[in-house]
Amino acid sequence: MFRSIGPVLAVMRKEFRSELRTRYALNALFMFVVTTLAIILFAIGNENASSEVLSGVLWIIIFFSTMSGLSRTFITEEERGTGPTLQLLTRPLTIFIGKFIFNTVLLFAINLLTVALYLLLLTNYQIRSYDIFITIMALGTVGLSATSTILAAIVAKANTKGTLYPVLSFPLLLPLLLSVINATKMAADGARFLDALGEYQVLISYSVVIFTASVLLFEFIWKD
Amino acid sequence: MLELTAAHIAKTFNRRNIFRDVSFTLKEGTSLTLTGRNGSGKSTLMKIIAGVLTPSRGSVVLNDDGKTIPSSDHYRYFGFVSPYLQLYDEFSGEENIRLVQEIRGLPAEQSTIDGALADVGLAGRGGDLLRTYSSGMKQRLKYAAALVHRPRILLLDEPTSNLDEEGKAFVHRAIERQKGQGILILATNERDELSLCDAVITLGDPAGGKEGL
Repeated sequence: MFRSIGPVLAVMRKEFRSELRTRYALNALFMFVVTTLAIILFAIGNENASSEVLSGVLWIIIFFSTMSGLSRTFITEEERGTGPTLQLLTRPLTIFIGKFIFNTVLLFAINLLTVALYLLLLTNYQIRSYDIFITIMALGTVGLSATSTILAAIVAKANTKGTLYPVLSFPLLLPLLLSVINATKMAADGARFLDALGEYQVLISYSVVIFTASVLLFEFIWKD
Repeated sequence: MLELTAAHIAKTFNRRNIFRDVSFTLKEGTSLTLTGRNGSGKSTLMKIIAGVLTPSRGSVVLNDDGKTIPSSDHYRYFGFVSPYLQLYDEFSGEENIRLVQEIRGLPAEQSTIDGALADVGLAGRGGDLLRTYSSGMKQRLKYAAALVHRPRILLLDEPTSNLDEEGKAFVHRAIERQKGQGILILATNERDELSLCDAVITLGDPAGGKEGL
């Protein structure tokens, strides 16, 4: 599909360098995580919320921070007029994969920070099965990133950019969110690694389906 | 021998026909000027030829030594300078040229980048961020990005906009060089640029009829 990894890595490096200089997504992601955590901390306080509720809240933070940060992946290219320039330099798939890798790494880093702060601040929430938790975080991040990347490309071409992203992302991400919340609860309750096998299968299938559909459709989405 | 064929191209936006039937064939060493009043579709046609925009009807075919090039590989042949194509403000001139080469999958050696910047009169300014450039300098950098890989087809939309006399002279030299070695398409309304190419197509025929060579 693409002949060389070089252009993909070049797109990915461009994204990292550009993000470090402009902080379009980093600031949005970081501020969202910090303010949401602070509000949750004030709201829950010392109350003994169940692991099911706290697992759900953790993924709600991750879901909304993803929406606030990654939704602009392609919008910034369109707004600045650099999108058509990219189209003239390489195949559409190269751009998609480069941006997908960047989004995945960025999301993984932000999720690590979110989880670290969450566990540090909410002392009555503990993870007992780290093997399940790490696996779910990795699979959930890949699924979220793949969905966010292709949705960002669709939204960038729409007139109603602000509202379209959450409207499209919620139904698409619902199966992923239900699965990761359930598996995170199992990790908090101390379940064995294989007890969450069904959730791993759902998440892997979800990511494969979304990624394959994105690879097939991206060229038609991104081209005017 | 490279051959670019535009066959019966039409473009419609919101049920309004921009143009209905544009056809032409250009071989290596030939050139074409697209002209027409504002809104006649010069830039739209340029985008369609470059593969950035999909036509409502018709096709752009590229043949290299009798072999049809898949449309997904057309980008390898093109260099395109247009007011609507932008480079990255947060990168320096040098970084932009390196990035363009790397994404194309071509070597980005320092000597190549320095040479491209020197050609457009930006030697010594390559390390400055693009956001500090004037509009004329940005236009020159767009030329460096479009020409650094020595494209076999060069598309120039409003080629001398924002340029001073020295910049215009560079563009005219680039045009003459391209005419000798590849295919050139200009989109312009400047009177003194209309005669730079071998043929002219005037878009925006009120009858909306067939336009082409």
